Amino acid sequence: MIEVKSLHKAFGTVKAVDGVSFTARDGQITGLLGPNGAGKTTTLRMLYTLMNPDQGQVLVDGVDAARDPLSVRRSLGVLPDARGLYKRLTARENIDYFARLHGVPEADLDRRRDALVKALEMEDIADRRTEGFSQGQRVKTAIARALIHDPRNVILDEPTNGLDVMATRAMRRFMFQLRDEGRCVLFSSHIMQEVGALCDRIVVIAKGRVVADETPDALRKQTGQANLEDAFVSIIGTDEGLAA
Amino acid sequence: MSPWITVFLKEVRENLRDRRTITSALITGPLLGPVMFIMLMNIVVNRELEKADKPIAVPVVGAQYAPNFVAAMKGIGIDAKAPVSDPEGAVVAQEADLVLRISPDYAKSWSKGEGVQVEVIYDSSQRDANTAVQRVRQAIELYAKREGAMRLIARGLSPTTAWPVQVADRDQATSQSRAALMFSFLPYFFVLTVFLGGMYLAIDLTAGERERQSLEPLFANPVPRSQILAGKLLAICAFSMVSLLLTLAAFSTAGLFIPFDRIGMVLDLGFHFAGTVLLLMLPLVVLLAALQSMVAAFAKSYREAQTYLSILMIIPVLPSAMLSVLPIKAVTWMYAVPLLGQNLGIIKVLRGQMVTGQELGLVLASGFAAAAVAIGLTAWLYRSERLAISG
Repeated sequence: MIEVKSLHKAFGTVKAVDGVSFTARDGQITGLLGPNGAGKTTTLRMLYTLMNPDQGQVLVDGVDAARDPLSVRRSLGVLPDARGLYKRLTARENIDYFARLHGVPEADLDRRRDALVKALEMEDIADRRTEGFSQGQRVKTAIARALIHDPRNVILDEPTNGLDVMATRAMRRFMFQLRDEGRCVLFSSHIMQEVGALCDRIVVIAKGRVVADETPDALRKQTGQANLEDAFVSIIGTDEGLAA
Repeated sequence: MSPWITVFLKEVRENLRDRRTITSALITGPLLGPVMFIMLMNIVVNRELEKADKPIAVPVVGAQYAPNFVAAMKGIGIDAKAPVSDPEGAVVAQEADLVLRISPDYAKSWSKGEGVQVEVIYDSSQRDANTAVQRVRQAIELYAKREGAMRLIARGLSPTTAWPVQVADRDQATSQSRAALMFSFLPYFFVLTVFLGGMYLAIDLTAGERERQSLEPLFANPVPRSQILAGKLLAICAFSMVSLLLTLAAFSTAGLFIPFDRIGMVLDLGFHFAGTVLLLMLPLVVLLAALQSMVAAFAKSYREAQTYLSILMIIPVLPSAMLSVLPIKAVTWMYAVPLLGQNLGIIKVLRGQMVTGQELGLVLASGFAAAAVAIGLTAWLYRSERLAISG
């Protein structure tokens, strides 16, 4: 479970995140929806302790990220906005590198990696060097290495960005699978339809603030719009920076 | 397995697959120095030999006035050549290294027992001609002294009347220290090799990793950044160390390709030399790795890091350049200045002397202290939020 309490982060005079609070529960997919530049990536970066908040608190499974960042990182699987791979290593070597950094025992490594390779349908690329991988192949490799230590909580920053239709569908199936395994899945997106199709709970962010935090049904009810996309637009006040 | 070992092993494996790093660390870096050294030394040695052995031909204006003088010169390897019409012009235009001019009344004055004049026309700013000028001067002075002695003896006087003080040369230079004089630039090759050996790695592991957007996921792992930095620094050190070992091995064979013995010099680049250089360079390997990483961490992109590092590369030239231009007497404290200490130490070993324990201690202590500071600064940079974020 990930709890975020009143996070603030400013870059110079720009308030990128201005008091964001929400909770992402185990066994649920929580979507962070907002237009480009709303502060989603900055919020997520504070969750996985890449950045320190100016104010506020992050708790992952009850552990304070400011107090014990290493424990928090250990219980998180992260697909960051930057998903660069080591192009002179094969996909398998990329995954193994992160596994060892996570301290996955060598005895479990092969089994876990092979299971992920299978689940992500990347058997054909596992032993190729990642140079020249397609966007979809790169994301698959990045997800596999993020989940190799079997984390309870999964953070995905715009996971379907740049993926084609087939790869997007596979990614959604995979996210449902993670949820059904009882994990806490938190992902960000600016694609309204995607959030609507995937989420058990939707946190809408605009200009660094949370403007709604509801189930899809409750959102529809609250705005009086039958269509979820219309509900988003009415909450945020504009459809700029969003995608259907 | 400790995280820093994991990082180290991965960086080594990844970079062994990179042709540019391999070329720079294992081929151009280590071999550039020895190859340039051997070529340069062959040119220098051959030129020295040519000048020393070969008779030089000098245009003589008015040779017909002093046949005895011309004959005596020929006897010591200086041949008279046909005169040139404009001696001053020929020297300035570098058509002749020097020209001798004998005045028409030479014979008359000589037979009267008066002093005569032989003009040596040369241009001292033409360094290339200086050896020839010196040889000719010495030959003329020797001839003058000999003839003078004859005149004194003919008058019943001892030659010491005219030359009461005699200079007796007692040169303490060994054949090894004479060689060392020519090789004051040698330490730079070692520094350069260490620099080139680690350079591409340092760029790749910091600026490159950020540019390729893999630094952010790497930092999301439950590993302190200091451990990641440690692994990376170690990988850079390993590459520059291999470069250094290769270049030392290559230099140890240099003696086979240069005919030192023919000019009375000895150059010992064997085990004792290699061992001492290795020891002296150790702190520099760490210091340069840290400095390179620090500079690369500042840069926004791979290209920018490359530019900064090529500027940084000039710094190690300074002590070598300074020492080869300014004849500084080595004072103990100088060994405590990184780079300068290495330079002095290596030259000392080249001269066939031992580096004392105190000097070695100073080089190591100051070098590792500087390295520790550089590592501390780099670690501080590594902790910044800005570092991980690309774009």
